[in-house]
Amino acid sequence: MSIYGMTYRGIDQVKGPLVIMRGVPGVAYEEVVRIFSEDGREWMGQVLEAGKDKVVIQVLGDTEGLESNAIVKFTGSTLKLPVSDEMLGRVFNGAGEPIDGGPPIRAEDWRDINGAPINPAKRDYPDEFVETGLSAIDGMLSLVRGQKLPIFSEAGLPHNHVAAQIARQAIVPGKSERFAIVFAAIGLKYDDVLFFRRQFEEFGALSRSILFLNLANDPVIERITTPRVALTAAEYLAFDLGMDVLVIVTDMTNYCEALRELSSAREEVPSRKGYPGYMYSDLASIYERAGRIIGRPGSITFMPILTMPGGDLTHPIPDLTGYITEGQIFLDLDLHNRGIYPPINVLPSLSRLMKDGIGPGKTREDHKEVSDQLYAAYSQGSKARELVQIVGEAGLSPRERRYLEFARRFEREFVAQGFKERRNIEETLEIAWDLLAMLPESELTRISDKTLEKYHPRRRRERAVAR
Amino acid sequence: MSELMFEKGVISHIKGPVVIAEGLRGAKIREVVLVGEERLIGEIVRIEGDRATIQVYEPTGGLKAGEPVERTGEPLSAELGPGLLGQVLDGLGRPLEAIAVEAGGPFITRGIKVPTLPRDKKWHFTPVIKKGDDLEPGDVIGTVPEGAITHKVMLPPNYGRVKVLDVVPEGDYTVEEVIATVEYAGTKVDLKMYHKWPVRNPRPFNLKLAPVELLVTGQRVIDTFFPIVKGGTSAIPGGFGTGKTVTLHQVSKWADADVVVYVGCGERGNEMTDLLHTFPKLVDPKTGKPLLERSVLIANTSNMPVPAREASIFIGVTYAEYFRDMGLHVVLTADSTSRWAEALRELSSRLEEIPSERGFPAYLPDFIASFYERAGRVYVKGRRDEVGSVAIIGAVSPSGGDLNEPVTQHTMRYVGAFWALDKNLAFKRHFPAINWLRSFSKYTEGLREWWIKNTGHDMMAYREKAMDILQRASSLEEVARVVGEAALSDENRLILLAADLIKEGFLVQNAYHEVDTYCSPKKQALLLKTLVEFYERARPMIDAGVPISRIHEMKSLGTLRRLKFIPEEEFEKAVEEAVAQLESEISSLIAEVR
Repeated sequence: MSIYGMTYRGIDQVKGPLVIMRGVPGVAYEEVVRIFSEDGREWMGQVLEAGKDKVVIQVLGDTEGLESNAIVKFTGSTLKLPVSDEMLGRVFNGAGEPIDGGPPIRAEDWRDINGAPINPAKRDYPDEFVETGLSAIDGMLSLVRGQKLPIFSEAGLPHNHVAAQIARQAIVPGKSERFAIVFAAIGLKYDDVLFFRRQFEEFGALSRSILFLNLANDPVIERITTPRVALTAAEYLAFDLGMDVLVIVTDMTNYCEALRELSSAREEVPSRKGYPGYMYSDLASIYERAGRIIGRPGSITFMPILTMPGGDLTHPIPDLTGYITEGQIFLDLDLHNRGIYPPINVLPSLSRLMKDGIGPGKTREDHKEVSDQLYAAYSQGSKARELVQIVGEAGLSPRERRYLEFARRFEREFVAQGFKERRNIEETLEIAWDLLAMLPESELTRISDKTLEKYHPRRRRERAVAR
Repeated sequence: MSELMFEKGVISHIKGPVVIAEGLRGAKIREVVLVGEERLIGEIVRIEGDRATIQVYEPTGGLKAGEPVERTGEPLSAELGPGLLGQVLDGLGRPLEAIAVEAGGPFITRGIKVPTLPRDKKWHFTPVIKKGDDLEPGDVIGTVPEGAITHKVMLPPNYGRVKVLDVVPEGDYTVEEVIATVEYAGTKVDLKMYHKWPVRNPRPFNLKLAPVELLVTGQRVIDTFFPIVKGGTSAIPGGFGTGKTVTLHQVSKWADADVVVYVGCGERGNEMTDLLHTFPKLVDPKTGKPLLERSVLIANTSNMPVPAREASIFIGVTYAEYFRDMGLHVVLTADSTSRWAEALRELSSRLEEIPSERGFPAYLPDFIASFYERAGRVYVKGRRDEVGSVAIIGAVSPSGGDLNEPVTQHTMRYVGAFWALDKNLAFKRHFPAINWLRSFSKYTEGLREWWIKNTGHDMMAYREKAMDILQRASSLEEVARVVGEAALSDENRLILLAADLIKEGFLVQNAYHEVDTYCSPKKQALLLKTLVEFYERARPMIDAGVPISRIHEMKSLGTLRRLKFIPEEEFEKAVEEAVAQLESEISSLIAEVR
């Protein structure tokens, strides 16, 4: 860090994570501060308010032991992360410091962890289909390279398995690539971290990944910096080194809680459920760092995981996230309890960028129509299932019974698959057609005659017989 | 900008985007100032003596107390003149391409100053005035062909009556060249092809008119069920994933307007990129030119500074009014007004104002009203009988999808049409997910004449019939939810089938289908007529005792549901065939039971 900057002794006030100093001129907003106590302990902080008379510093880490005659050094620089390709295969804490016992990083460059907004005119539109090998995602929620697609989950659901399976299986068909994984754990338990490490190790990706770990017992305030340092590293890999980077951040709910804690320490006016009013902008400054840039080869595909408190989709955290991200993958407790893995409920799930990532030349020409029809039919089936609770199966019309059976088979044959099972898009669409063939053709209103003629199993059988 | 005239101030406190400066004696509220060594753009929002509170439109990291603050003496203004169309601007009106050149990379850096209108580009100017003419504000000085329109260079509205002393001959000029010299209040004034207008002040017009002309969007559920008119207002609220943005994109693409201003306010970067990719490729059916040539895009994405988000809406509506003043029909789409309201909330909270509902400032309704009130169909300023209009369509993103939150509620009070998006429809992939029972349009009655004149159909009568079927089906569905559909009478189940046909065959419209993406009023009328008549045609089967399960299996149902995919040219013939098929199926079913 910079050798410039002023050093002072003595702080005026400590209030939670906030340190207040008076009479320190020339301090810059968002400048990094180092605080040393007499017994040799050290803290890092950042300037929240810079005034002629008063400076407010937010301290990273636990403020226990901070004393009034501590030494405060203003570094003259905002929070920066040293970046280099040496970071691959290494493990860091939430402030970007190595914690794997290895040497410090020889920096190619120092990057502001807040990044800078990508100029919308210089964004390249994400339209490259990523095959994850999971039917529910590839068939109905197609992921494209450079997309930000979160997993909305609940405590106890296998979101870690889904994320790990995607990280292991995802490829862009017909393209060789330089891929990397940036993994950030925010307030996670150590065994969750171990699970991901083991997974990355098993499929030989550990040397191609960077881990940023803020564990459940690490300082809450570093949860604010963890996703930012992770994305700063990802931006370097993607836009400087041209790698295709998958960023997995879990659990964003812990991030938002840290944000709320901090906001209340700053005595700010809260918005919904005590979360600060700027949480939307704050989350956007993280999520919007995903994408592709015109004229640069790499990409950042961003898959944050968040657990919805109480499974409530309207809770501010999933709600604001959904407004920023390009869709969501919704994991469902009910499906999980019925033994369906991955328990993806496709109805509330969505991939906004799917339309441009699929179709002829990318997946298959019938993909869009098949997906629409599956949605419509599964939604009818779910309606029928609700009805069964009230009137019993005997009370259903034959049409409703057929949709009920469709929904059952859809969940068991299309959505469900093994943790190690990889289906390519052809296989996924074939399963889909087998299911749609259960329904009378007059019900297949989302599919054009031309597509029916070419792909409907019955028509194909007829053609085969005719030949 | 003439900053030399003013004393410089000094920063005394920085807290996020809010900066307090001292020594700014005589500064005005809403005056633009340049903050710090990097001269970041800011606006004065509060004054106490010589202390001014400034909201800064760029990130403030690294600013220090003691750095200078310069006054400009001007309020936040938009540059109006040739060169707006086809541009992609940020929330302050700076072209994003020019920013990329200045920044030297794909990321937006601070302190970049680039003008909205290109300074080096020459425009072909043809004067329509001569030496000695008297001009009034709004009178045309000359014309410039630009993109899809003829750009009228007008005497700006902030002048009074002037006398023309000199005017240049027809030729190619840049916007900085003087094209006319006039005498105004005893002094000589040089006029250029562009002028500046403070964005928070509505531009004047001669007379506001009642809006009576349908704004054709080609989206069936909108045009037929919940229409908006030229000069009208509409809001489209819905939770995430309900299709707000796609609907706004569709309206921006297909609306029969001369100019479209699209304000992406606090939304996703990739959505703007999507527009940037599709607009140059799409062709305006009226002019045969790319849609981009009739559009101004304003991109203030969610990760760009919050205060600029607040300004972007006003910049956009000022551009819209400027084109209106040329006698053009303009559509302004804003996605999303909620992000704009949240920007207000964030700034209000940083200014330590007392919050009202859900932390929003008490003046939120005034701000929303002041935005929608700038819509309208007017006789334009100047001595011409020309009518121009600005229609405003605003997306609302209610938190938690709850339509009772303040932004939705206040917006509802000021708009003429309300397109309520429904999560359950979206889950079923029924798009546009506009709920036909909760949406409204105050313009429908006034449009009966329009439909008869333009399509030969009394569309409002079909609409009433369709609404009746949908309403009845909705209450039957409630019953069916308890007793099961099988327990309903065949007669009632026919209504459910008829409603389903209207939903699938008419209301559902695929924005990404080559044909279905746009539906002309004529096709809408014939399609709806055919679908509502199904019920009357099928009714005799129930009386004759044909079981409903047989009716469900009729092949013609599939044909009717897919009629919408038939291209315009073949449509009439396809309808005839479908009706013939339906009628023959009906008569053979009736014959079977007899």
